[in-house]
Amino acid sequence: MASMRDIKRRKESIQSTEQITKAMKLVSTVKLQKARTRAEHSKPFFDMMYETVSNMLAKSGNINHHFLKAGDSPKKAVIVITANRGLAGGYNMNVAKLVTKGELKREDVVIYNIGRKGKEIFKRNGYEIAADYSDVIENPLYSDAMHIGEEVLKAFTNNEIGEIYLAYTGFKNTVVHVPTLIKLLPVEQNHTKQNEKESVDNVPMNYEPEEDEALDIIIPKYINSLIYGALVESVASENGARMQAMDNATSNADDMIADLSLKYNRARQGSITQELTEIIAGASAIS
Amino acid sequence: MAGKLFQLKIISPDRIFYEGEAWMVEFTSSEGELGVYADHVPLTTILVPGIMTIHEQDGIKKAAVHAGFAEILQDRVNVLAEVAEWPEEIDINRANEARIRAERRLGGASGEANINFVRAELALKRSLTRIKLLS
Repeated sequence: MASMRDIKRRKESIQSTEQITKAMKLVSTVKLQKARTRAEHSKPFFDMMYETVSNMLAKSGNINHHFLKAGDSPKKAVIVITANRGLAGGYNMNVAKLVTKGELKREDVVIYNIGRKGKEIFKRNGYEIAADYSDVIENPLYSDAMHIGEEVLKAFTNNEIGEIYLAYTGFKNTVVHVPTLIKLLPVEQNHTKQNEKESVDNVPMNYEPEEDEALDIIIPKYINSLIYGALVESVASENGARMQAMDNATSNADDMIADLSLKYNRARQGSITQELTEIIAGASAIS
Repeated sequence: MAGKLFQLKIISPDRIFYEGEAWMVEFTSSEGELGVYADHVPLTTILVPGIMTIHEQDGIKKAAVHAGFAEILQDRVNVLAEVAEWPEEIDINRANEARIRAERRLGGASGEANINFVRAELALKRSLTRIKLLS
């Protein structure tokens, strides 16, 4: 049986760890609330953008636009959004797995990375990282999304990459976060959502400026808004995941402390009993 | 002289900027100024920095809208604006400063890269819109 002192030391160490996890849980709870309101506020823009663009593509029939076709290059850009910090359960790993365990071949993938943890993972696995924007994840702004979108699109127009994907964690609610991989470019025309609502009124849409030019402008905006939406959702998910992880850690620490207290008390009782027996034995030996 | 009303929605990435009924809305598109009434021909158009004037049944509201696009349908108009501001949210001093900075950059040495030129021009347009809205 471990000595009393060992058990006590162990217990104290767990107690101080528990204090840290508790504090981290509180911090991420507060951050989660903030991030969630933000995600909720940006949702309408996100949804509307999606709807408008799919409507546009549905109504305008077969437009032959370079954003709607895959480029010639076999390279595929993946924008991956992870966190700058760990201790968030499987959060970072789950996003990275979408890329590493998915159908994408490692040689073809070019990573546009957001979040230090993801960078570490991809570096370790030998992926090509084209750019790193880890600073933005703390407080994503729309202009950050615009900046990233611009860079990726530039590579696409220069034919350095043929397709663009986006890997992030979707935020369903506080406890449900879904790692998601979506294709940004070429824009897929047959989304299932579209088929559901055939009701799209068949009034032909006019464009000002001309269709091609309008798409040239609108599709980058569409991509920017998707990136922005993904950023804010990921931040919310990150804090949600961390809150959960820290909650688990705290309750595990509680369990361990309860177990150790029991052991400690038993060891204490055992040592007292032993001392008593020794004293009595000594006394009876003298008399 | 309020005419037929239509649904107007202005959404920016951070919030629903405006949602309500209007009988006319005016804004600047890439092709020029536009005034939209209800039952307009379906039209999607690109916005450039400019003032958006919303004519409601009981009054007029003005806002600065920079970049984005508008989708005009028969009974509603959806505006997706990347940046939208009410007059009271604009800091005139900052706008003035931005204007001067942009003007300097445009008038300055032309050796700088093209992208800066475009950016400065946009910044100038934005600041001018803000100033115009407040004056």
